[in-house]
Amino acid sequence: MAAIELRNIVKVFSDKRRGRDLLTLDNINLDIEANDFVCLLGPSGCGKSTLLNIIAGFEQATSGRTLVDGKQVERPGSDRGVVFQQPTLMPWLTAIDNIAFHLKLKGVAKAERYDRAMEFIDLVGLRGFEHHHPSEMSGGMNQRVGIARALLMNPSVILMDEPFAALDAQTKLEMQEELVAIWQKRRCTIVFVTHSVDEALVLGNKIVVMTKRPGRIREAVDFDLPRPRDITSPEFNDAKRHVLALIREESTRLAQAS
Amino acid sequence: MTSVTDAAPPRPAFRLTRAFHGIERLIVPALLIAGWEAFARSGMLPPALLPAPSAVLHALGDWVFGFDETTQTYSGHWLRDALASALRVFGGFALASLLGILAGVAIGWSRLFEKTLEPTLQMLRPIPPVSWIPLAIIWFGIADKPAIFLVFLGAFFPVLMNSIHGVKTVDHNLVRAGAMMGANQRQMLTDIVLPAALPSIFAGLRIAVGSAWMLTVTAEMVAVKSGLGYVLWDSYYFLRYDIVLAAMISIGLLGYLSDLGLKAIMARTLRWQQTTTVQGRAG
Repeated sequence: MAAIELRNIVKVFSDKRRGRDLLTLDNINLDIEANDFVCLLGPSGCGKSTLLNIIAGFEQATSGRTLVDGKQVERPGSDRGVVFQQPTLMPWLTAIDNIAFHLKLKGVAKAERYDRAMEFIDLVGLRGFEHHHPSEMSGGMNQRVGIARALLMNPSVILMDEPFAALDAQTKLEMQEELVAIWQKRRCTIVFVTHSVDEALVLGNKIVVMTKRPGRIREAVDFDLPRPRDITSPEFNDAKRHVLALIREESTRLAQAS
Repeated sequence: MTSVTDAAPPRPAFRLTRAFHGIERLIVPALLIAGWEAFARSGMLPPALLPAPSAVLHALGDWVFGFDETTQTYSGHWLRDALASALRVFGGFALASLLGILAGVAIGWSRLFEKTLEPTLQMLRPIPPVSWIPLAIIWFGIADKPAIFLVFLGAFFPVLMNSIHGVKTVDHNLVRAGAMMGANQRQMLTDIVLPAALPSIFAGLRIAVGSAWMLTVTAEMVAVKSGLGYVLWDSYYFLRYDIVLAAMISIGLLGYLSDLGLKAIMARTLRWQQTTTVQGRAG
């Protein structure tokens, strides 16, 4: 049984002001195995974030079934950790309180909360900053808190929606390396949405290329280049060429159609 | 030519800048008071109609400390009068804050409350609190109650409006993050929406405390026989404009102090919020 099963997912947004419907996701079928690092790759507006939100339970598919660990997704829940594009931390809580927020909601005593959160503070390299508020930390540090917060819930899947898009190039590279290290250490299932071919190829062991409007899956590419990945190696470039060709094919098709 | 890296930041040309810090805010009031004193002493208006600042200060001093009974029956009774007003402000403001926040959060959070409660409240809102005075007097008589009622009316709506706004503008993604971490409806309200709405709620409270002072004084002029507003109106009947002005100054001062107190509570509660103003970092 796959960790995530998407069966015939269709999502239609009704544009009430213009009185028409917009087909955003058109019959998505996808199986994601446990411990996979899957990158959903596609141009903006292809519905990849919508697909992620459907798995997270933030949005409902118009039709189709979404199963996580064999259970139908109906609402958001702590079995699916989400890392948002913006860190989306509670600004009135310190780093450690943000990371342990899930435990607070469950009524765990403060001493135990902090004890368990410290492990994740260390995991994302924020020791010394545990009592800082989000406004006192950089974007990269806040995003680390966001990742630690999702990991602490020990979810069966982690859903990430372009979490590094707002970071500078240097920090982005660091965070990508750390994320891979965390994934290797903790063996979790990650679904990572991105529009960057390089990012997808650095991170994923499965790249799902999506097409634009309506969103369909163009091809799911297995990509098992050993890590750490050398982005200048011929194998990396072969894969990149293949993925770029898929995307280019798509844009020519769109250009001819219009 | 010196290189760019060697260039020191320009030193302040005026070395007294630091000594001036804090004094600059006194310049305008000092000029105003000096001008007023000179005008009052010039004799262009009879001193009874425009008392000089020195005369007002004299009256205020006697009202507070009772040294020469220039304020007659009020001599030495300032504390009693100020306390009477302050208690009405506090009573009405506390009631308005409690109900304003409760109703505001309910309306902002729940469609049901928004549909059932809000239209009525929004219809009551444009009615000036002062126009309730006749009803307040026949309902509550001449005492503390009509004043507290008026203060409540004046303070309630700013708190209500800002609480509704604060809850409605909570970042949608924070609510999503809460749901992702398993918050139930009650936790969503107490642990996410309420703290996120606090800055806006505090803004409402600060407007409300100003209204509270305004309405206490108004009520005391008409419906109560004690407090700073009563002294002000009573002195007007006896043409004691020095006491009228002393009362105005007292009200201004106490209103300012209440706002400072509220600001201090706000700074403690919202310590997480590091606001950046156009002039740089504040608080």
